[in-house]
Amino acid sequence: MTNNTNLLEIRNIDKSFGGVQALSDIDFFLEQGSITGLIGPNGAGKTTLFNLITGLFPADKGEIRFGGRPINNFRVNELVRLGIARTFQNVELFESMTVLENILVGLHTRTRCGIIESIFRFPYIRREEQQARERAIELLEFVGLQDYADRTSTDLPFGWQRLLELARAMASKPRLLLLDEPAAGLNMSETGRLEELIRKVRDQGVTILLVEHDMNLTMSISEKIVVLDQGRKIAEGPPREVQTDEAVMAAYLGKAKS
Amino acid sequence: MQEILQYLFSGLTNGAIYAVIAVGFSMLYSSTDLINFAHGEFVMLGALGMVSLTAGFGLPLIPAFFLTVAGVAAAGMLFERLAIRPVRHPEPIVLIIITVGASIFLRGAGMLIWGKNSYSMPPFSDHPPIDFAGARLLAQSIWILVIVTVVTAALHLFYRRTLTGKAMTACAVSKKAAWIVGIPTKWMVLLAFGLSTGMGAVAGAIISPITMPSYDMGTMLGLKGFCAAMFGGLGSLWGAILGGFLLGILEALGVGFVSSGLKDAAAFILLLLVLYVRPQGILGSADVKRF
Amino acid sequence: MYGRAQKIIYAVFVIAVIILGWSLDNEYYLQLLIFIGLNTLLALSLNMLMGYAGQISLGHAAFYGIGAYVTAILTTTYNVEPILALPAAVGAAMIVAWIVGIPTLRLSGYYLGMGTLGFGMIIHILFREWSSVTGGASGFVGIPPLEIGPLIFDSRRSYFFLVWGVVLLSIIMCRRIIDSRVGRALRSIHDGEKAAAAIGVDTKKLKVQVFVLSAAMAAMAGFLYAHLIYFISPGTFNFVASIRIVTMVVIGGMASIWGALFGASLLTLLPEWLHAFSEFEMVVYGLILMSVMIFLPRGLTRGVIDIYYRYRKSHDK
Repeated sequence: MTNNTNLLEIRNIDKSFGGVQALSDIDFFLEQGSITGLIGPNGAGKTTLFNLITGLFPADKGEIRFGGRPINNFRVNELVRLGIARTFQNVELFESMTVLENILVGLHTRTRCGIIESIFRFPYIRREEQQARERAIELLEFVGLQDYADRTSTDLPFGWQRLLELARAMASKPRLLLLDEPAAGLNMSETGRLEELIRKVRDQGVTILLVEHDMNLTMSISEKIVVLDQGRKIAEGPPREVQTDEAVMAAYLGKAKS
Repeated sequence: MQEILQYLFSGLTNGAIYAVIAVGFSMLYSSTDLINFAHGEFVMLGALGMVSLTAGFGLPLIPAFFLTVAGVAAAGMLFERLAIRPVRHPEPIVLIIITVGASIFLRGAGMLIWGKNSYSMPPFSDHPPIDFAGARLLAQSIWILVIVTVVTAALHLFYRRTLTGKAMTACAVSKKAAWIVGIPTKWMVLLAFGLSTGMGAVAGAIISPITMPSYDMGTMLGLKGFCAAMFGGLGSLWGAILGGFLLGILEALGVGFVSSGLKDAAAFILLLLVLYVRPQGILGSADVKRF
Repeated sequence: MYGRAQKIIYAVFVIAVIILGWSLDNEYYLQLLIFIGLNTLLALSLNMLMGYAGQISLGHAAFYGIGAYVTAILTTTYNVEPILALPAAVGAAMIVAWIVGIPTLRLSGYYLGMGTLGFGMIIHILFREWSSVTGGASGFVGIPPLEIGPLIFDSRRSYFFLVWGVVLLSIIMCRRIIDSRVGRALRSIHDGEKAAAAIGVDTKKLKVQVFVLSAAMAAMAGFLYAHLIYFISPGTFNFVASIRIVTMVVIGGMASIWGALFGASLLTLLPEWLHAFSEFEMVVYGLILMSVMIFLPRGLTRGVIDIYYRYRKSHDK
């Protein structure tokens, strides 16, 4: 089923590490402008799938298409340029830099100054730098951190660090945003704020795929849920259907017993 | 044929030395994640210590040998206690500079004690060289090969059969886990330093009759031993041994058939090739820091 | 940003250089200051690679040596004008850095250290053994003084101004790179290579680029060194020399431009002071190196600041 409304298509993906089959025959797609939740017990292969989509390592078999274009052999940084951004489960901010500088690095793919240009500081480079700073402030305003622009990023409370990471990912103007457990470590009110922000991001036309253990958040925000278990896709559909799916219940309850 | 055999003999002798030095590096790296750039200086201490004890104090060979090794191992442990343990953030770069500082210090100390002269030391026994199809094998070479074999076997048994050896292996796998099950990790690190520098001293002592030891002999030997450890795979005992012999033999053949001037370069060219092609070494495990 | 403060610092720097250059009549002091300048160039060059991008190099003296040997061979053996030999010397180092950098910079941690160490040793051995071209272990003699058009830099004073002029330009250049998009990308590699790539930084390419830049600066220092002393020998560019550059950067404080100047000054002056210890020189030098790293691992500059803050904190209570 190929049509223009699918931004990301995952087709028959296999991946194994050594002798361990991490993913087998994964097949699904993300509709343009949708929010999709990827769930499954620990070790189901969610992070592996994320790493495949973002180009950290290649798939053994199958195809990943982004905007109709096969992207299997693209490198991580090239994929960002194409429009795929991600956040990390453990928040990977640049610790020696300020909040603002973190966002400025996020704008890396949307600016072009190289070593030579930086030495000579041509007028258009100054202009670019100025615009980048303005854009960075806007992004900070978007997540509500504009007052902390000059703080060292890792001095922020953990919840704010997640927001900063989200803003940094947004700086690359992604068409697809992958969020790896964005609510982990957040309290209730922070999670609420995050949910609101994710919706706002989607309203800007960004397609979102999220891995999340907070079921309340996942179920309320996602239009579609994909369930993985032991490297296989065991269910896919709207949240309500998935919640009552027998295979899913077995996977989760079975896991709970062991 | 005779020529090749002759080169092979000299390669085996040097290889045995590199192997022992490499084992010292590797052992320390596996239990402390540290590369000791002063390791070559402990080899120098072993060689000159041996010279002093035998020629200077007139001790017989065997007590002199054990005393030298024990003394250098003690110096190694003192080094750990005074310069490595107090480091609060043991990042590679900090440890590199500390051990380089130690190597300069030890070289300076060596110069103060022994001066700038080279010494000569009689071989362990005065048997005539043995003839093998026209190639000569020095008696000292046989001493070297025998001692290296015995030391390696002892080390192997230590790691496999004794509780302390197993505890050290556990530390190498995970310091934290080892600490949790009650292994005194600090003591293990100290012991690793003692063993590693002791191995260095063994290397120094057994080559003293064939190298004209002097205070500045350690640096190059240390770097080459290090290359050998890398070929075999950093952190693997048999890898270090294999790497040492391989380096010794390749170097000897290189001297024979290419050029003696580039002998020293061979080790480093091989080092780069190994790093580029197979950074885990020939026998190393796959945990390579390669992005 | 810091525009004004920066300009004031540069102005102070320029005035200090001019005053020192005019007032000092002692050849020995001028020579010492020239060496501080050359070492500052080396420390700056390694600082870009190690301090900012987080990539260690234990073979940086190789590029210093390439700069020196290329100009020595061209100007002496082939009678090329020094000013024409400059681009060749710097260019050669850049090409070597590019070729070596691509496979080497894929490594990290100790492995990267070892790779660069091995490279440095190979180049050093090449200087020593390729005697028909390099003069071998006894060195290369008869390098001509530097002439640029009508200017001949054959006095200590003129060389002092030349070297410190180059240092100033290099400081401005480094500062500009660091404060730009490229500089931030470099620092992002230092903080987390995986995250940097995930944000779109082409980490492989950028690491090689900064390695090449760093090699060019070191070669520049080598070029200036050769035309200062008129004589070079392999010992100046050995493993110990590489480690000395690393030490300057670390003692001055990583990722700090003025720290590089400080570290270079200290490590140039230290051996001079230690001459008083005559044969104890090496022992004392080794002890100092170890103590600084044990007690002030973030370098002397930061270390002193840290101690000050700790002192303040304990007094506030």
